[in-house]
Amino acid sequence: MGDTAENLKTTPLHALHRELGARMVPFAGYEMPVQYPTGILTEHKHTRAAAGLFDVSHMGQVRIAGADPAKALEALVPGDLIALDVGRMRYTVFTNDAAGILDDLMVNKRDRDLFVIVNAACKEQDIAHMRSNLKGCEVEHLQDRALLALQGPQAVAVLARLNSALPAMSFGMGATLALGKFEGFVTRSGYTGEDGFEISVPDSQAEELARWLLAQPEVKPIGLGARDSLRLEAGLCLYGHDIDTTTTPIEAGLAWTISKRRREEGGYPGAAIVQKQLAEGVARKRVGIRPDGRAPAREGTEILSDRNERIGVITSGGFGPSVDAPIAMGYVATAYAKPETPLGLVVRGKALPAKVSTLPFITKRYAKA
Amino acid sequence: MTIRYTKDHEWIRLDGAVATVGISEYAQSQLGDIVFVDLPEPGKKVDAGDEVAVVESVKAASEVYAPVGGEVTEKNQAIIDDPSLVNQSPMAEGWFVKMKISDPDALDALMDQAAYDAYLKTL
Repeated sequence: MGDTAENLKTTPLHALHRELGARMVPFAGYEMPVQYPTGILTEHKHTRAAAGLFDVSHMGQVRIAGADPAKALEALVPGDLIALDVGRMRYTVFTNDAAGILDDLMVNKRDRDLFVIVNAACKEQDIAHMRSNLKGCEVEHLQDRALLALQGPQAVAVLARLNSALPAMSFGMGATLALGKFEGFVTRSGYTGEDGFEISVPDSQAEELARWLLAQPEVKPIGLGARDSLRLEAGLCLYGHDIDTTTTPIEAGLAWTISKRRREEGGYPGAAIVQKQLAEGVARKRVGIRPDGRAPAREGTEILSDRNERIGVITSGGFGPSVDAPIAMGYVATAYAKPETPLGLVVRGKALPAKVSTLPFITKRYAKA
Repeated sequence: MTIRYTKDHEWIRLDGAVATVGISEYAQSQLGDIVFVDLPEPGKKVDAGDEVAVVESVKAASEVYAPVGGEVTEKNQAIIDDPSLVNQSPMAEGWFVKMKISDPDALDALMDQAAYDAYLKTL
């Protein structure tokens, strides 16, 4: 194994990333591949055209067991976990008492437990939060498991070579499966706007599975750079950027994650504020933004109205390789949140013209049941 | 013809009185896929070290600094139309601007090819 910057953790695929010529960067306390030699544009387009393999082993994998873990976890998140069928997964957020977002997470309901994926940068805090608040539940941090994501329209054909039942799995489902000689918890899900799978396997199997996948003609390794441009095109939030403790789920456009029952009953931190915002509206909203020109507008860019009032800020911005244009997301005052509203983006001291856009920027291609 | 490099990985090539400025092979490889270039209009006067252009890759924006002082006489429209030219040909077709330089001796303060190659080995 090569040199690693001090104090950075590594995933079980670290040596493989180096062997593949990845450029490694610090990310959430880990040394992770930001790109491979072909570069972000090629990796991004390859994922949308074929299949990309992502190492997301830095993310937190947590098992919650107990008498009724779904009911227990509902005390911390606005998502409807009681109504969730076994075998399905749901996107939700941890909220604080001000209805700010502590992290976003995926919850998989299984026969005897919940399998939860949280962000790498928040995992220690999330686990402590769950341990102190989930009464009667065991919160187990699965530290000996890797997480691989295989994303793109050809991901299903690749994985079908290991398990012929996989094409029948719907998007948003998960199951413990044999994948040839490997065994993992597999969900049909992802963070790219494409069809795809996330595969949780023991650390000891991760490299061999990754090598098998990379040996398939459709599959190329994809770094965090393209992961970011893919999720931005798909209009998906990045925690710490598009959502954080200063944004509520309603401001963030995540009201769709809160069921009718949970809107009415509340029962999670900040519920009263969420209910008020659902009833009365919010002062600002997360929107998609398309600069008119070719210059990208990055995170932190000030957003102006057509009368040059400061009305918001960009939270994620860059270039969308499949859109072939700069794209961004940010928060604007609600009066300016309608698609096609003209905006100015202050880039290097100049107000560049832009417009509010619908999200996502690309058509999502999730596999239907 | 003389070529010189800066520590920020710009190059400057002198052909008679006209200097051409661009970024090095190393710079383009570090930036990754370039998707946008902002160049100054001809007539702009710059001192050595002034920002003369901006390049944006998928990931981030970076400034390009004037290796020496002078006046911009031409910008490379080809890289505005197709920024990937900077990745493909940083030392030739992917040039940024031409300049009339105020003091040709200023180039002596910059690195020649051998010195720049040695410098890259220290990075």
